[in-house]
Formats: sequence, C-alpha cells, structure tokens
Amino acid sequence: MKHNFASFVKKETLHILRDKRTMLIVMLIPVVLMVLFGFAISTEVNNVDVAVVAPNRTDGVRDAVERLSQNGYFTFKGYISHGEIDSYLRAGKAGAVLVFAPDYDRGVAQMDAGIPIKPLVRLVVDASNVNTAGSATAYLQSVLLGSASQQSMFETRMLFNPQMKSAYNFVPGIMGLIFILVCAMMTSVSIVREKEVGTMEVLLVSPVRPVKIVFAKMIPYFAISCIVLVTIMMLARYLLGVPMSGGMWGVFLLSLLYLLLSLSLGLLVSTIVDTQIAALLISAMVMMMPILMLSGMLFPIENLPGFFRIVSNVVPARWYIDAVRKMMIQGVSIVAVWKNCVILLVMTVTILGVSLKKFNDKLE
Amino acid sequence: MNDVVISVRELTKCFGDFTAVDHISFDVHRGEIFGFLGANGAGKTTAMRMLCGLSYPTSGTGSVVGYDVMHEGDKIKRRIGYMSQRFSLYNDLTVWENMSLFAGIYGLTKKETEKRATELLARLNFVSERDTLVGSLPLGWKQKLSFVIATIHRPRVVFLDEPTGGVDPITRRQFWEMIYEAAEEGTTIFVTTHYMDEAEYCSRVSIMVDGEVRALDTPARLKKQFAADSMDEVFRILARGAHRGE
Repeated sequence: MKHNFASFVKKETLHILRDKRTMLIVMLIPVVLMVLFGFAISTEVNNVDVAVVAPNRTDGVRDAVERLSQNGYFTFKGYISHGEIDSYLRAGKAGAVLVFAPDYDRGVAQMDAGIPIKPLVRLVVDASNVNTAGSATAYLQSVLLGSASQQSMFETRMLFNPQMKSAYNFVPGIMGLIFILVCAMMTSVSIVREKEVGTMEVLLVSPVRPVKIVFAKMIPYFAISCIVLVTIMMLARYLLGVPMSGGMWGVFLLSLLYLLLSLSLGLLVSTIVDTQIAALLISAMVMMMPILMLSGMLFPIENLPGFFRIVSNVVPARWYIDAVRKMMIQGVSIVAVWKNCVILLVMTVTILGVSLKKFNDKLE
Repeated sequence: MNDVVISVRELTKCFGDFTAVDHISFDVHRGEIFGFLGANGAGKTTAMRMLCGLSYPTSGTGSVVGYDVMHEGDKIKRRIGYMSQRFSLYNDLTVWENMSLFAGIYGLTKKETEKRATELLARLNFVSERDTLVGSLPLGWKQKLSFVIATIHRPRVVFLDEPTGGVDPITRRQFWEMIYEAAEEGTTIFVTTHYMDEAEYCSRVSIMVDGEVRALDTPARLKKQFAADSMDEVFRILARGAHRGE
C-alpha cells in the first residue's frame, strides 16, 4: 500500500501549491519579519538627534561635538539657543539637547587635575520613550566622558554581541514564532478543513489508516518549513550578520526537532476543534501569545513574575529560543544545550502521542 | 445463500441512554438496489456508518461482503465504495487528480488507474473536462463524478448517503441510470434517500422509524401491504407513528 501513501502526499502538495496566496504568505512572512525586526524594529539607540547649546564655542566644546557627530548613533542637529530647547524637543527636532557650561574648558581642566567641580554639561532628554531615553543618556555620557581623559574603575567588555545588536536577539525569537505559525496553524487548519468540508469522512471510509492520512499531511508542511528554515538562516547569517559561530548544523538539527513539535501541536489542535476558524483562533491565541510573552523572545524570562515564570516552562518555544540563541550568538555547540534538546524531544513525543491517540479515539 | 452481500442481525447502537439503532436485521443480495429510508434522526446514518466500519455496534452482528463489521473493518473498507451526502471531492484538484487520488487510495496501480479512469471519463462524457478543477463544475456533474469515483476500484457494494440531495430532476434521472448500470454489472447498491420517487426505483426498500426497521419489501408489495398508491404514502403511514422529532 505504498502507492496510496504517495498519492496522499501528492494530493497535499497540490493543495498547497494551488493555494498560491497562502503559499506566498508563508514564504514572505519570515522574510518580512526578519527584515522588520532586523532593521526597523530595534531596541538599540540609533539616530538620536542631538542639538547643542554652547554659549562659548571653545575648543573643548567643538571637540566634544565633533566626536558626537562622528558617532554613528547620533546625528548632530546644530547649535541652538537656550530658548529653543523646549520647542526643539517638543517638535521632535531633537531627542536630546546638550547644554555646555560657559566655562566648560576650564572645568574639564580642573577635573583632570582632580579638583572637584560643578556639573559642566546638562543633558536634556525627551523621555517620552523610556527605553530610548535611558540608553541614549547612558551612551551620550560615555561618549562625552571618553573625551575627558577620565580614569574609570570599570573596564567593560561585552561578550558575544559587543555591538549590542538587537537583531541577534530577535532572530531566534522569530524562528520560534514562524515555525509554530507555518506548521501548527497550517496543519491544523488543513486537517480541520477536511472535517468541515466532509472529505475526511470519505477518507476514513477508505482503507487508508488514519495515521497515514495525518503523516501525509505533515510531510509537505515539513518540506515548506525546511525551506523557510534555510531562508531564515541565510538571511540571519548574510543579511543581519548573526555570527552563528557554533556552526549552522546544530541550529538546523534542533530546528528540525522543533518543526516536528510544531506539526504535532497542529495535529493536537485539529483533534480538539471542528472548525477552521476555531483552529485559527487556538493557534493564534493559545500558541502565539505565550510565545510572544513567555518565551523570552521579547521579555527576559528572569523578569517575569513568579507564576508566569513557572508557566513559561511548558512553552516549547522558550527552550527552543534559548538554545538557538546560545548556539547562534554565544557560539556553543548543540552538545552544550543538550538539556533543551531533551526537553523538546520529550515534549514532541508526548504531544505526538497524545494527538495520535486522540485522533484515533475520535473515530470511535 | 451465497449471494448475500450484507447481512445484519439484531444490530444495535446506543449513545449513552439513547438507542439510535434498535435491533435491526436484514439481508441485501448481490446486484440489488437496496433503498434505506427513514426520516431524519431515524438512525439511517448511524446504521450505515456501522456497515462502513466507521463506528462499532453496541450489540448484534453484521457482515459486509463476508467480513464482520466488528473485527474486520479494514477488509470491508477495501471492498466497498462510499459516497457521502455532502459533496466530498477536492475542489482544488482537477477531475483527473481526484480520480487518481482515490484510485491510489484503493491500491490501484498507475496502469490500472490510467485505464479505469479513462474508461469512466468516457462513460460520463467527461473526457473534455479531464483537467478542469472540480470546484468549477456544476453540482450535478460533481455528484455524478463522486459516484464514479466511489466505484473506481470496482467495489462489491457501494453505499450512497443521500446522493441526489439538491440535484435537479434531469440529473437525478441520469444519476439513477448510472446506479442501474452499476447494479447490472453486479455491484450492490445501498442507498439512502429522501425522495420517494427514487424509492420506487429500488429493488427493495426498508423503512426505519425510531431506530427500528418497520417495513422491508419490494416497493410494489409495500404499496399493496399498506394499501397505498405510492411509496410516499407508505412512508407517511409509517412515519406518522414516529416519536423522535427532527
């Protein structure tokens, strides 16, 4: 009965290929998300517009301004007067304004000589966005302090992601999200569609074992997900420059496991609901929300309140994203994240087992 | 009797307290067109599902093409055809793809599929529609296609669950001609319907009321027995006593 399995896989593939719109969405969403998170959405401080108020444009002031404008994260918007500060910030013409003291040069000299001084620069920042304001302030200070040859007791080294690029952080998150979307949502909808339309009944009267029906459905989606996986990894490596110093194979292998898990989740959903719309809602609400909120994709797990931290343990994406992040950015091999692998494997087997059992039970 | 294709004894199905099918017994012979009638909720579909191996009986026995419905569902499934009351081909596949899918499911080889599908298309006058998406065919054509696909593997019995629902009278007529043709070739037809004129076309008819078979005979004898002019009247007389609503 090999032939009947092959004709099933062919049928599922045709369904997918005929539905060009869905196909396009599935292929494009990952690319759009990658570009969006990689370039547009970032928690880094980028392009902060800085205006400067300086009663005396002394050498020291000019030197500081020069360094600012050469720094890629800041854009020097020109010198303004005291009275313009408020209107500049309100109009959004500047995100931060530096106000230099009239005797800035002399103050710097005194500071270098170790004489206590009053503040020399006032930093006026638009704090309507707390995150940007916070990091802009810190960064501005360090840039200016770096100028004054000031001694510091700290020497900071950022490991793994020295430029603190947020894209690095998002790539694993996007992967965790996308595969649930492609695998779980699409398989569940596709199985439930057959129940809704009535074709499932005809298939069940046929000699094909129900398990075969389900696996035949999974195969084309698995193939598509593999294409998506390769696309994402290529984009991450060559467009966003994620290091992947731990080797791509580990990420790839773990992702294959995660794909299986997502497919099983889709199957589970399809055994619970009877309409396509319900399948969509469950996939979106019950699966996407925890991934966004509880997987460490957007918010660090450590910051979650106790209860949610416990709940996050059953979110598969949490373990996947964590492991992929370690492999992609820290450069560890798959062996170092064995614990995550085992957890994901156990989850996959459990979910697949439960859903196959439920699928069979439903028949009688 | 060697030509008994379906044999049912005291077949019962309960869902909790509710007895959907209540100790029904009958035989269906080879090449017969067996009309399985009953109002909505009388238990027709439940009985039919048990015969197709989709559901297990609570008690009683049944055999289809010589296999026990309780234990040999897989063997039964390979030898029967089924057409559901809902249109159940794939709209996004072409006529040919639908045919070769179901041929494949029933284990026909590529060569056999090719031969059988070509033959059936010719019989339907469908050759020109070979590569048309099924979704763009008119309903009547779809139903005819469903029927030939249900018989693509030359099953010994075909179960038709309200096959002509929503179809115009001319197509219904053509549909019944196809049923006759299949029966003449020796295929047994087990058909449920709500159209009483169709009941007249059957070799024998059983009428279910409240989960029980209340009448079973040829249409002519049933009309005589109930002193009725048409099967419609016979049905009304029997259904009047029904307790189960819709």
